[in-house]
Amino acid sequence: MRVPLSWLKEYVDITLPVDELEERLTLAGLEVANVEYVGVEPPASVRFKKQIKPGDVVTGNGHIVWDKEKIFVGQVVSVEKHPDADRLTLVTINYGTEEPLTVVTGAPNLKPGDGGQKVAFATAGAMLIDAYADAFKVRKLKPGKIRGILSQGMVCSERELGLSDEHEGIIILPDDAPVGAPLADYLGDVVFDIDITPNMIRIASIIGVAREVAAITEAPLHIDMPTWQTSPPPAGDYADVEIIDDDLCHRYTASIVRDVAVGPSPFWTQHRLKLIGQRPISNLVDVTNYVMFEWGQPLHAFDYDKLLARAKAIGKDKVKIIVRRADEGEKFTTLDGVERTLDADVLMICDEAGPIAIGGVMGGLETEVSDETRNVLLESAAFEFINVRQTAKKLKLPSEAAYRFSRGVPPRLNPIGNVRGAQLMADLGGGDIAQGMIDDYPRPQPVIEVPVTERDVQRWLGIDLSQDEIIDILQRLEFDIRVEDDVIWATAPWYRLDVSITADVLEEIARIYGYDAIPETLLADELPPQRRNWAWELEERLRDILAAAGLQETINYSMTAIENYRKTFPDNPEDAPGPEMFVTLANPLSQERSVMRRCLGVSALENLQRNLRYTDRMAVFEIGLGYRPELGDGVLPKEIRLLAIALTGPREPGNWLHGDDSPMDFFDAKGVLEALFERLGASDDVEYRAESAHIFGPKAAGVYLNGQKIGNVGEVHPKVRAAFDLGDRPVALAGLQIAPLIPYIQTKKHLHPISNFPAVKEDIALVVDEAIPAGKVAALIRQTAGANLKDIQLFDVYRGDPIPPGKKSLAFSLTFQSPTKTLTDKDTARLRRKIVGRLSREIGAELREA
Amino acid sequence: MSQHQELIQLQAQAENELADARDEKQLEAWRIKWLGRKGLVPAAVKQIGSLPKEERAAYGQAVNQLKQAVQAAFEARQQQLKEAAMAAELRSEGFDPTLPGRRPQIGRLHPSSATLREIAHIFAHMGFEVYTARDVETDEYNFQLLNFPKGHPAREMQDTFHTTTPDVLLRTHTSPGQIRVMRERYPEPIRVILPGKCYRYEQVTARSEMMFHQVEGLVVGKNITFADLKGTLQAFVDQLFGEGRQLRFRASHFPFTEPSAEVDVDCILCGGKGCRVCKYTGWLEILGCGMVHPNVLRNGGYDPEEWSGYAFGMGPERIAMLLHGVDDIRYFFSNDVRFLEQF
Repeated sequence: MRVPLSWLKEYVDITLPVDELEERLTLAGLEVANVEYVGVEPPASVRFKKQIKPGDVVTGNGHIVWDKEKIFVGQVVSVEKHPDADRLTLVTINYGTEEPLTVVTGAPNLKPGDGGQKVAFATAGAMLIDAYADAFKVRKLKPGKIRGILSQGMVCSERELGLSDEHEGIIILPDDAPVGAPLADYLGDVVFDIDITPNMIRIASIIGVAREVAAITEAPLHIDMPTWQTSPPPAGDYADVEIIDDDLCHRYTASIVRDVAVGPSPFWTQHRLKLIGQRPISNLVDVTNYVMFEWGQPLHAFDYDKLLARAKAIGKDKVKIIVRRADEGEKFTTLDGVERTLDADVLMICDEAGPIAIGGVMGGLETEVSDETRNVLLESAAFEFINVRQTAKKLKLPSEAAYRFSRGVPPRLNPIGNVRGAQLMADLGGGDIAQGMIDDYPRPQPVIEVPVTERDVQRWLGIDLSQDEIIDILQRLEFDIRVEDDVIWATAPWYRLDVSITADVLEEIARIYGYDAIPETLLADELPPQRRNWAWELEERLRDILAAAGLQETINYSMTAIENYRKTFPDNPEDAPGPEMFVTLANPLSQERSVMRRCLGVSALENLQRNLRYTDRMAVFEIGLGYRPELGDGVLPKEIRLLAIALTGPREPGNWLHGDDSPMDFFDAKGVLEALFERLGASDDVEYRAESAHIFGPKAAGVYLNGQKIGNVGEVHPKVRAAFDLGDRPVALAGLQIAPLIPYIQTKKHLHPISNFPAVKEDIALVVDEAIPAGKVAALIRQTAGANLKDIQLFDVYRGDPIPPGKKSLAFSLTFQSPTKTLTDKDTARLRRKIVGRLSREIGAELREA
Repeated sequence: MSQHQELIQLQAQAENELADARDEKQLEAWRIKWLGRKGLVPAAVKQIGSLPKEERAAYGQAVNQLKQAVQAAFEARQQQLKEAAMAAELRSEGFDPTLPGRRPQIGRLHPSSATLREIAHIFAHMGFEVYTARDVETDEYNFQLLNFPKGHPAREMQDTFHTTTPDVLLRTHTSPGQIRVMRERYPEPIRVILPGKCYRYEQVTARSEMMFHQVEGLVVGKNITFADLKGTLQAFVDQLFGEGRQLRFRASHFPFTEPSAEVDVDCILCGGKGCRVCKYTGWLEILGCGMVHPNVLRNGGYDPEEWSGYAFGMGPERIAMLLHGVDDIRYFFSNDVRFLEQF
């Protein structure tokens, strides 16, 4: 809402400097998003202030200062033809100096023979906006000869002053403008742009802002209820009103303005509308806008004669306004010329011949006022706000009127707006008003009395206010007060619909008392029972472990495309999860982000795809949710906490010392998992089983925790790699469910006693069938060797001569240590024999001779 | 040749070969050859037994001299080599400390995670536990129970991603967690923060994202006031941005709190003098907050006549942007490593 200070001052005394007022409004919830200085200098404290130079482009309107020494209110003394140019005139201007000045102008609204008009007159050296540049470019007015005649000043258009785009003609000021006064004093202004929160629709008007200013600054208000001069015959002779659907229309008032002449509005009406951001159209239309911005009541003007003609066409001799829901599929052409198909949720203003307006949203083409209009039926009504909002949204018809109706216009404002509008129309259009107002008011505005006590204020806000102090604050806001013992019964002023419970009143007390005046205290209340959030702690632990393992954390969008899942089924796209397996967005921003991801692997691949343009090595992880509707409760999906790891590119990018440029592969990803399980103390419970999945090639494994599958690790199938454009190097990917790991961070690791006896290292190489997994061999060794085997490392896998085909040699390094004695050669030799014996029996292993 | 001569030759040969031993390994090989158990010198000593008696004394003396001489030469050589090795280690030609070191691969947290963690730590010190709630929510939890009836204009402030299941949506804020934690914990007092992802149906620009994180705070108790809210947030901001920060509480509106406030901190970049980041206002908006609306308390199971509470919410990305001078929120989820590796 744009609020010109000059207009605001009509209703409230303002003595605070602009910047202070801005701050006070903002703190009280009227957030001033911008302050525009129209022709006047911003206060010294304004931080964006900078000297404007010729050639600068200023944004918006009004960002130039009208030099008080150079730009004045002038009066046209005479207008003569330019001797050498048809379209130019010589205008002599009196601007308060002894000698008037003659300048050359091309303004079409000054003609030879004119005189007496008040104009905005700039003398040489003034900074103005260049009327002929595309942007609002500043130029300095210089004296010059135009077709041989010296011109030392300029009669200005709105554009040259930075007021608007208008530069067809010059500004003609009102007749009472004081000649010689600096223009900045006469027309200069400050416009606040205030953001309105949904509960504060009462400030979507100048008067509404004025009331707040009065309450906040304790300044006197000057708001008079509008009155009108009417004459018979009464309005009731012209029309009737019947509200059928009173759940959607709580009140409908209509007045009749007769014999108006349509024409442009006077200067000040137009000027104020422009400052507020509206384009003046004609006196009738301007009045509806003016009253809406002044009082907050949107009005609609119907051409009464057109309504009457419609009535007569169906054999009636009186207009009847009917407010009802539209019929399903009913057609209606709005005043923008668009035919719209309506449904039964749309509230229509109708006459007996059919619809004439969409209630609170837009009028109809057929009955709108035009230049020929002479008689007006002026509507001022109150609609159910949610319905208006839905209609405006559905029909994509946002407007200033719909904006106010969709937040709630109080029914008690209807007649006030109607009286004000009708009288202004009569004033500006020279007509008169029919006696009385047609008023159907089936749903009276509720009056709600709300209790509030000193204790409420103390309990909710933490401040001690006496009953009198509370009452004083509420009276500043024009609440009606009734006191009953220690209870203050407060009734909000009629123009507010947002106060119905004690908390609403407490908010008002806090706002006016000042949030900044409320003290800061530390929580003195009892500390609630404290619990640990193990799922969160696990996530945090995993982040640390993985970052320490050299992986970068990523956070990807939760939304992806089904297509990405299809790409991970290169051989059987038909096996990819179908749409029913996804949480699907009804209104995605793009198809690429149209479903919620089921796992994080796809996100990782998308992520690699983007990054491999800049880098050739990626080692990343993500912890986040996968969304599985099929596991949900039928309404909401199950959300599973997942971890993904992705590795590609050189293992250790080379430098001058060393390096390992070979690409990371399955074993790098598996190594990260091993380190992770090791850190969590889960290693002994984890098993990797050779198994592939759609996204992987043959080098893949299922990850099992205590026999239950919790994830996969593998090298991405080359076709999947190609589908994601990931180049020719292996991409290793692992995905895990993390919830099963929670017990490991809840259990504390138990210290194994550290032996003081020497450790003995033994190497052992075994020849086994190719089909026997190394993990099984290691497990058997561990089982056989017992507690004295402290460590086992596989250090070599060998195939080829002299190992027979179909066999491989696995070399392990074993570390033995006893907690109670020094192991002798004999002890280790015995263990070794035991191991070889068991492996030979169970898996046909042979000791490889050195 | 006489045995004496043989011994002299043997000693000469030993000393020659010793001179050729240039490192410890060669020296050890020499030692084994000459002085080892089966070495040449002990072999020469053993010959004493095979000599006629009359020659033994003279030979014995000679061979002992030989043994001592060779042993001494060995020790001298050993000492010499040690000194040479140490001297070599202490030579510094070609050493350039500016050559790059061998770096382990390092990983990092995402800046959103890191900021979230920092926020959670600060609140943990004030007794706030972390409570996590779901992303895909019902209209009821995301809006209705938080005092946004259907069709309410305040819903316009939060453009929503709906799903194809009626009344199921992506949460637009972490606030539905308020209801979930209240319903779970009643009648205990509550002091939690609720971190998580939120989603808004908004065109992605440098200033707005369709997905972002929020950290919500919720306190419910028998004596919780707006003054407590102010005190908590001041303590938080002092810890996050450094002592002595100015806070400004502006009246605002959120359907689920009343009174509601938006909170600005004096610009951490210009100190309040006015700069591009604070749009020359001197203030940076960092939080929304307020006293929990009585309807919301009631929806959570708490009687507003007996209980009161406050709630606040902030965006870790917004805070990370301020702390690190990031001017485009899109960096956070495009996961460009050139961005991530800077933290």
